[in-house]
Amino acid sequence: MHTYTLKELATGLRARHYSSRELVRHFLDRIAQHNPALNAFITLTEEVALAQAEAADARLARGEGHWLTGVPIAHKDIFCTLGIRTSCGSKMLDNFLAPYDATVVAKCQQVGMPLLGKLNMDEFAMGSSNETSFYGPVKNPWNLACVPGGSSGGSAAAVAAGLTPAATGTDTGGSIRQPAALCGITGLKPTYGRVSRWGMIAFASSLDQGGPMARSAEDCALLLQVMAGFDEKDSTSVDVPVPDYIAGLNQSLMGMRIGLPKEFFDQLDSAMARALEEAIAEYRKLGAEIIEISLPNINLSVPAYYVIAPCECSSNLARYDGVRYGYRCQNPKDLKDLYLRTRAEGFGAEVKRRILIGTYALSAGYYDAYYLKAQKIRRLIAEDFKRAFETVDVLLGPTTPTPAFKLGEKLGDPVAMYLSDIFTIAVNLAGLPAMSIPAGFLDGKPVGMQLIGNYFEEGKLLNVAHQYQRVTDWHRKLPPGFA
Amino acid sequence: MEWEAVIGLEIHVQLLTKSKIFSGASTAYGALPNTQACAIDLGMPGTLPVLNREAVRMAVKFGLAVNAEIAKRSVFARKNYFYPDLPKGYQISQYELPIVRGGYLTIRVDGRERRIGITRAHLEEDAGKSLHEDFHGLTGIDLNRAGTPLLEIVSEPDLRSPKEALAYMKALHQLVVYLGICDGNLQEGSFRCDANVSVRPKGEIKFGTRTEIKNVNSFRFVERALSYEIARQIEILEAGGQIVQETRLYDADLDQTRSMRSKEEAMDYRYFPDPDLLPLVLDQAFIEAVRQELPELPEAKYRRFCEQYGLKPYDAEVLTASSALADYYERVVQDSACDPKLCANWVMVELIGALNKENREITQSPVSAPQLAKLMQRIADGTLSGKLGKQVFELMWQTGKDVDALIEEEGFKQITDQGAIEQVIDQVLASHPKEIADYRAGKEKLFGFFVGQVMKATAGKANPQQVNALLKAKLKSQ
Repeated sequence: MHTYTLKELATGLRARHYSSRELVRHFLDRIAQHNPALNAFITLTEEVALAQAEAADARLARGEGHWLTGVPIAHKDIFCTLGIRTSCGSKMLDNFLAPYDATVVAKCQQVGMPLLGKLNMDEFAMGSSNETSFYGPVKNPWNLACVPGGSSGGSAAAVAAGLTPAATGTDTGGSIRQPAALCGITGLKPTYGRVSRWGMIAFASSLDQGGPMARSAEDCALLLQVMAGFDEKDSTSVDVPVPDYIAGLNQSLMGMRIGLPKEFFDQLDSAMARALEEAIAEYRKLGAEIIEISLPNINLSVPAYYVIAPCECSSNLARYDGVRYGYRCQNPKDLKDLYLRTRAEGFGAEVKRRILIGTYALSAGYYDAYYLKAQKIRRLIAEDFKRAFETVDVLLGPTTPTPAFKLGEKLGDPVAMYLSDIFTIAVNLAGLPAMSIPAGFLDGKPVGMQLIGNYFEEGKLLNVAHQYQRVTDWHRKLPPGFA
Repeated sequence: MEWEAVIGLEIHVQLLTKSKIFSGASTAYGALPNTQACAIDLGMPGTLPVLNREAVRMAVKFGLAVNAEIAKRSVFARKNYFYPDLPKGYQISQYELPIVRGGYLTIRVDGRERRIGITRAHLEEDAGKSLHEDFHGLTGIDLNRAGTPLLEIVSEPDLRSPKEALAYMKALHQLVVYLGICDGNLQEGSFRCDANVSVRPKGEIKFGTRTEIKNVNSFRFVERALSYEIARQIEILEAGGQIVQETRLYDADLDQTRSMRSKEEAMDYRYFPDPDLLPLVLDQAFIEAVRQELPELPEAKYRRFCEQYGLKPYDAEVLTASSALADYYERVVQDSACDPKLCANWVMVELIGALNKENREITQSPVSAPQLAKLMQRIADGTLSGKLGKQVFELMWQTGKDVDALIEEEGFKQITDQGAIEQVIDQVLASHPKEIADYRAGKEKLFGFFVGQVMKATAGKANPQQVNALLKAKLKSQ
């Protein structure tokens, strides 16, 4: 069952091949068996999952329910879950029981998707390897010596290893797409404002966006259908109707204009480029028109991102002060001591680094040179994409510069780590939707292909991804130890 | 040397919304600590602000009332600092692009009118409260106030004396209460004032170095605090010293200001636009709709009262102090059809006197405007003398009863029957032959004695004009 797609599982449930309870039991067993090697889960919610499965079975027995009723899911531990620990991968929130459900969590629950548990992640979503988690690194199921990517590393590893049929992730600079690529699964970062951020613990508010991570584009379409939509509790969520993503999947790609940003390929390792060449050839066969385009300011995206994201995080993380919830240092002498030690002891090195960078960049005398300049670059990058979408429907390129790297390899070199997001970051700066889908292997490790769409054209992206997955089977490959 | 003070005020007006500026929690005052703070107010992880439309409407209302420009696009920023009663570690406040820009307010001091410029007014959220008592060396945090909407109104440095500052503060207070956007309660902190003060030699154009005085939160203290600070600055300058730019706190108990922090210690708030909130965009239709809701403003009402009712400036000012009082007065004028000046006397002397004695608001008056109007009618139609009217008013105040019912019950009706009055006069004169003799001998002062005796004999109910006329005639004829 753990090799099935969401659609296959939903079909099986309706055909009574198995109950939701049996399905949940199966995944809980798989988690018990394999999670120790992967460390993908921070918290297991076995009782919750079984109770929700029984409720789902009852709904299905009455002939009610949504298409995904009874299909289990696991959430990145950045989404607040009522009464369940929501740690955000940090010691700071190790004791935090959220007093409410995130909108995404509530929506999955309303549909009747049992919650298997909360997934490991880089601390406060800051990292590209899942090594900054307070709960230890996650291993890549394709090669346990390698990282799964980050920050949604637990989500990607759990889906790849068949510990959950689908997961939620969040993407601030590539945190859905990069781990999806490194673990050989399909992940979608929606348009900024498409999915509510209510209850999604903020890293960089203007860049953060939640999205689905699953085996296939079709699965992502099913899950996005549940997750997406306007939410009055999130002022940045956009009141645009949610289209029927499933209905659009099977449109022909005849005449679809796919743009290749030359800047992405100029910098690309030749082996990675060859893997993508094959995918491009498939698209040609499907009738798509391949057009080379340019995104001239794209090389400014990493520096701009590493000003904006830390600026926002320095402010977003100010609330973790030991006063109202979360970690508090022992026996503070006075207020200053409470602040200093709570934050020194509660946050990890990468989080502190970014808070320091952001605090510095927002300081009087530096604001114009850093924050304002970065915002100008951000507009230039968005303009680049706008021009590109005047001539093409979607953009295609690599998700990452290389396949999964070794644990510890980049941990001591933050800039090298930051550059692993070089192809994904611009999308967040522009607020566009993008996906990563499996497109082959290099040295036994998955290679991800990135598709970028215009605002609110998730449907088109899913269509382009799904048509590729109909003629390839990279997305159905399972890591050898987890078959 | 003659010195001139330069003063600008920053006034925080708590807006009278039902819920907070970015959450649905109640803003009611006086609840148990932390019972009116929801997940958003507590700065819980993952929570997001949603702007209260009503707070925006109130800010626009204020902007229109001071003839300011309403920004079609304004931006909420984050003011970052750590404090235990600031749950998110930042305060959401409009910074570079406020909702209200440029306006003015007219004040009157010693009969002279001045326009005081309003630089800006911006929306922001309040912080919670730190409670330092009752916790045995620890500090308690009450977040009920966190997220309460504030409109911070910044004046130009146009004020030249503590008296003008007080007049501005009062005029602004009057305006926001008129507009219904603030309850105006100074004790509960609904209207809080900080002052920027500097002095310069009279005639100098450049400003001197200023200090900011925090916490001048009452009409009583604003003049005193400023006077103290101005004297302090002049003393330093005359001794050849220099003013240090700093923030000072006014201590009402000691009646002095003391240094809180210098410019060097000033915090860097690292303002930047709040990414959780989109820029606030207002269209003209919304602004026009708010304009339609504007009541007659204090200044316009004052001018109208002077012209329409022929009132003296002072009287018009008193009667337009609040819209409730002005409404009361106009109702009395309308219902009684009496001389507006006479109505003004009654309202200002009897009614306000009684209110002040019991420290009541006009809205809590036991005598309603129609009742006071009816009382005045009874005086006008001769049922009551002016003096009796005052007695009846007192009874109305105490009992809340209707004028006519009281007149009936207490037998207050004025005696106007000529024969009946003559009879009493005859009796009085008959029993005071000596006084009559003295009167006739030139002691004309005794006339008042006779009037008094007649009034006494009728328990004050005889019509005084009639008594006067009849007495005069009788004394002459006999």
